[in-house]
Amino acid sequence: MYLKRLSLVNFKNFSELDVTLSKGINCFVGDNGEGKTNLFDSIYYLSFCKSYFNPADSQNIRHHNDFFVIQGEFSKADQSEKIYCGLKRNHKKQFKRNGNEYQRLAEHIGLIPLVMVSPADAALIVDGSEERRKYINGVISQFDKLYLNNLIRYNKVLLQRNSLLKEFARNKRYDEEALDIWDQQLAELAGYIHNKRSGFINELLPIFQYYYDFIAAGHEKVDLIYQSQGIDTNWLEIIRNARQKDRILQHSTVGIHRDDLKLTLTGYPIKRQGSQGQQKTFLLALKLAQYDFLKTISKIKPMILLDDVFDKLDNRRVTQLIKLVSEEHFGQTFITDKSEQHLAGILAHIPIEHRVFRVNDGYITMIENGDQEN
Amino acid sequence: MNYNQYTSRLLERAVNEFAKLPGIGRKTALRLVLHLLKQPDEDVEIFSHSLTSLKKEIFHCAKCHNISDQEVCSICSNNKRDASLICVVENIRNVMAIEATQQFNGLYHVLGGVISPMDGIGPADLTMDSLVGRVSSEEVKEVILALSATMEGDTTNLFIYRKLGDFDINISTLARGVAIGDELEYTDEITLGRSILHRTPFRSSLNNS
Repeated sequence: MYLKRLSLVNFKNFSELDVTLSKGINCFVGDNGEGKTNLFDSIYYLSFCKSYFNPADSQNIRHHNDFFVIQGEFSKADQSEKIYCGLKRNHKKQFKRNGNEYQRLAEHIGLIPLVMVSPADAALIVDGSEERRKYINGVISQFDKLYLNNLIRYNKVLLQRNSLLKEFARNKRYDEEALDIWDQQLAELAGYIHNKRSGFINELLPIFQYYYDFIAAGHEKVDLIYQSQGIDTNWLEIIRNARQKDRILQHSTVGIHRDDLKLTLTGYPIKRQGSQGQQKTFLLALKLAQYDFLKTISKIKPMILLDDVFDKLDNRRVTQLIKLVSEEHFGQTFITDKSEQHLAGILAHIPIEHRVFRVNDGYITMIENGDQEN
Repeated sequence: MNYNQYTSRLLERAVNEFAKLPGIGRKTALRLVLHLLKQPDEDVEIFSHSLTSLKKEIFHCAKCHNISDQEVCSICSNNKRDASLICVVENIRNVMAIEATQQFNGLYHVLGGVISPMDGIGPADLTMDSLVGRVSSEEVKEVILALSATMEGDTTNLFIYRKLGDFDINISTLARGVAIGDELEYTDEITLGRSILHRTPFRSSLNNS
């Protein structure tokens, strides 16, 4: 699967754009603020129907305009897929596949598998546990709709149970029986979600370690440790045991909403132990492992978008990374960098189809065409 | 033109009352009131009488809590219906929906809602105790749980199931699966997955109409 052609109208700082892409590596070079990341965001839109950065769609319309259009022509198993995304200010977002409008955006998600690697991912390491749960949930939900459904149910049960606890406190009453039914539902769903999460981490770990070792080309031991208050079978018991505490605090203190993923380097938290470059490598490996996972599940090579990945990495790690993505193993790749010297130097030694573009204030010019047919 | 300026206080009062109804805005309310003004006196009399008597004289069935003209509703007092079968529903509209299928010949029990602490509804706000009372005092063989397929509906089902657990009765729930006339490819994955797991013997599907 690859994106053959991308055209934009009034999307962020692009007034008009029409670009034909390589099915190998596409490099976009340019200074800060020229639109490299915006370009990536438009591709992200075509896959996930939303921005990677800004949840308010209308803020992605170019200033002083009333609409934006993103169109992509993909080639999937030699068939062409035309995806259209249009937004008029104060109107509903429109999504079309080969001219037919989707009734529900959810139907589209999954058609174009894509992994985005961005400096914003640093939140996974530095922010609270919610970011890490979001990562786990995001990856599992992409291929397991039942997981997503049960997660939504779990969150609803949690809200209801918390409301009940607050009501108890407000009216100075306590009703074990009423709490029982919520505890039971919470426990059942927690057991299911716990099981899925721990299974997923177990599968992800070796892939993640493989990628980290490859890029770091050294002997740094990294680990992902799934942390949870329970094991898959004892949730009812521990949720019940927490009742007195929950009553006082007026919210649920036990459950899979408190799960975390411990990220370690040589046994210590990467947040404190790792250098900036090591943290970056860690995130890269995590995203590449996600890519692998998605590839195995969807049985096609997803696209990978690497935004500003070379920042903070030493030259050896950069070379290793390029070596990795230029292998057969990865599909169409998009990379941004501030200048072409990194990329040009590396691409010269690797026989892979590629194109290099310069992004300049919302305009794009091709400066190198390394496609084989040319 | 400002629709909120009326030449009559009486007119304004009537409009205010109509505008309290669900789905009725002030313009529609005005249209309805002006229409009533044009009608013959006796028609308006019948209209207003039907409203006051509705509120004053209507009963909630002492057994199933359905609305009724008598102390016990026409369904509960109909001795051709199977009193050993109780179908638990959320509200009166659900009774009408199941009656419209003409497939059910038992009695109902109207809960008056589902358990939802977020909306301030607990078991005590529903007719839960009265259901337990019916099961213990009447000759009930089966209770059918026919609540909405939402998380709150499921939770309420669970609560009833636990309340009735000690009685020697069958407790069943509505089948969930592919809707009649639906294309399989457009059925959502969760429903379809459940339909596969809870598949039914083909023979039993033959005589259903």
